[in-house]
Amino acid sequence: MAAYEVNGKSIEHDEEGYLEDIGEWSLDLAKIIAKEENLEMTDEHWDVINYLREYYDEYQIAPAVRVLVKAIKKKFGPEKGNNKYLYELFPYGPAKQACKIAGLPKPTGCV
Amino acid sequence: MAKPTFDTPEYREFPSPPAIEEGAMEHLETYIAKPEHQEALGWAGELEEGWEQRAVDKLGDLLGKNKALRVYLDSCVKCGACTDKCHYFIGTRDPKNMPVARQDLLRSVYRRYFTLSGKLFPDLVGAKDMNKEVLDDWYKYYHQCSECRRCSVFCPYGIDTAEITMAARDIMNHIGMGQKYTNEILGKVHKIGNNLGLPGPALMDTMEGLEEDVFDDDGVAVKFPVDMHGADVLLVTPSADFFAEPHVDGLIGYGKVFHQAGISWTVSSYASEAANFALFAGSTEQMHKVARRIRKVAQEFGVKRIIFGECGHAWRVAYSFLNTLAGPFDFLDPKYPVPQHILEFTHDLINRGALALDPSANDDKVVTFHDSCNVARASRMGTKPGGQFDIPRAVIRAVVNNYVDMDPETTHEKTFCCGGGGGLLTDDLLELRVKGALPRMEALHEVVQSHGVTHMAAICAICKTQFAKVLPYYGMQMDMITSVHHLVGDAIILGGKE
Repeated sequence: MAAYEVNGKSIEHDEEGYLEDIGEWSLDLAKIIAKEENLEMTDEHWDVINYLREYYDEYQIAPAVRVLVKAIKKKFGPEKGNNKYLYELFPYGPAKQACKIAGLPKPTGCV
Repeated sequence: MAKPTFDTPEYREFPSPPAIEEGAMEHLETYIAKPEHQEALGWAGELEEGWEQRAVDKLGDLLGKNKALRVYLDSCVKCGACTDKCHYFIGTRDPKNMPVARQDLLRSVYRRYFTLSGKLFPDLVGAKDMNKEVLDDWYKYYHQCSECRRCSVFCPYGIDTAEITMAARDIMNHIGMGQKYTNEILGKVHKIGNNLGLPGPALMDTMEGLEEDVFDDDGVAVKFPVDMHGADVLLVTPSADFFAEPHVDGLIGYGKVFHQAGISWTVSSYASEAANFALFAGSTEQMHKVARRIRKVAQEFGVKRIIFGECGHAWRVAYSFLNTLAGPFDFLDPKYPVPQHILEFTHDLINRGALALDPSANDDKVVTFHDSCNVARASRMGTKPGGQFDIPRAVIRAVVNNYVDMDPETTHEKTFCCGGGGGLLTDDLLELRVKGALPRMEALHEVVQSHGVTHMAAICAICKTQFAKVLPYYGMQMDMITSVHHLVGDAIILGGKE
C-alpha cells in the first residue's frame, strides 16, 4: 500500500492518493498532497478545503458543486462565485481534487 | 500522483478507419476491486486456486441461462463489418478494440470448453485454455468496451458485443477480479441508497438549496421535495443530478416542469439512484436488488406513477427490465406508462399546451443533441418507433430557436458513445475516455465550424460528466455540454400558467 510520509509517519492512501483512514488528516499532510497535485496553495484554496471539511463533518459527504459555489460566492463575492473560478483553483475538478487534499473520500458515480 | 501522459488524437480530415497499432492500449488496466467491495456483493474477494475451473463453470451457467449469448458466440463469420465501428478502436487504434476481436477473447474460451471441435482440435479453431494470460486480456479489454452496442447495428447477424462484455465481467466478478469503480459504487447503493454515497440529510440540504436558488432567480416558490409520502410522482434520477454540473441545472428544470404542471412529486432518500450499475457489472442478481429499492419506496409513498430523470442506462434498465426485475406495478395508476421518462412527461405537457414557454430565452445558444447510446439502441420513448430520437428533439425545438443535428452517421441509432459509458467513467481510464471521445468530438467540432453550435445537450449523467471532462482536450469549452431540461427550465415562464 502506498503512503504519504508526514513528520516521520506513514499515512496510507489508495491508488489515486485518497486517504485510507480519513481520521489521519492533518494540515501538514494536506500540504504534501497539494504538492503532489502540483498546486500552489493560496488562502482561497484553504478556504475551500476548510469549507469541505466542515460540510463533511455535518453531512458525511462533500458538498454538491453548486452548494460549494454558493458558499464561495458568499465569502469571496460574486465575481469568484462560479464553477469556473473553482476550476482555476483546482484544475482537476473542485470536487475530486479538493476532496483529496481535504482528506475526504472521492465522490463516486456519474460525477 | 503522477498524471498519466498521453496524446489527444487529432481530428481526422476524413473519418476513415485508422491504421492499426498493435498493443496500443495494453498498458491500461482499470483498478481492481478490493476484497471488501467484492465480498459485500457476494463475490469472491480475490482470485483463489481453482479460479480457472470456476470461470469455465460460470460461463457454462450463463450459456444455460442466456441463449442469445450462445448464439452470439457461435454465429460470427468474421465478415469485418464491425471492425471500424467502435469509438474505442477509432480513438486508440488497438486492434483488440475491434468488436470482433473483443468478442473473440471470450469466444476462444467458449470454443475450448463448449464445442466439440474446440475440445478435440483447439489450435485449428482458435480455442484457448482459460489461463492468467487470457484473463488479463479479458480484464483489460472488457474494460475498454462501454457496452454501447453501436457495433451490433452494423453486424449482419446482430451480434451484441455488450452482452459478451457483460458476460465476461459477470464471470470476472464471480471469480474475484471485479472492477473497483463499479463494485465500490454498487456497495454504496446498498448501504446509502445511491452511487454517490449521498446520505438523506445531505440530499435534503441540497434540495432546499435549490428551492432558495430558484426563488432568488425567479421569485417563485418551486418545491424540490424529498421523501414526501402521498406525492403523485416518484422521480428516480441519477444521484449525479444532485451533485454535479451541468446535471443539477437539469434537475432544476424537472422541478420547474412539475411546478407548472401542478403535479406533486418527490424524490426518495432510500431509492435516490436511477443509474443501476449492476447492468455494467453484468449481474442480473445485483440489478434485481437495486431495482427492488424503487418498488419498495413507490409502494410506501403510495405514488401513482414513477418517472425517470435524464440517465441513459437507467432508462435501458427501466424501460426494458423494470417490470420483470421489480414488478408487477399493479399498484400504480394504469393511465400512465410504467415507468415513464421525464422527456415523455415534458413532451406530453408541451403537446397539450400545459407549459408556458419562451424559446427566445435560449437565443444566446445554437444547440445540437447527443443521442445517448443506451437510450438510442436499447430502449424507446413514446408510442411510435423512433420516439427515443424524436421526443428529445421535439422538446429541444420547443424551447430553443436555433437547433442543428450533427452528421447523421453519428446520430440516432448510429450515435457514438460519449466515451465514458458502461462503467468506464473513472479517472484511471481517462486516456481511454479521451481517445474514445474522438468520433463524437469530430462530429461536434464540424457543426461548431459550420453552424456556430454553442451547446450540446444530452440526457445522460455519464455523457454530461464525460463531455465536461474531455471537451477541453479537444479545444472546446467544458460548459458546452448541457442538460435538455436545463434548456427547458430556462425557457419556462414561471407564473405564466398560474
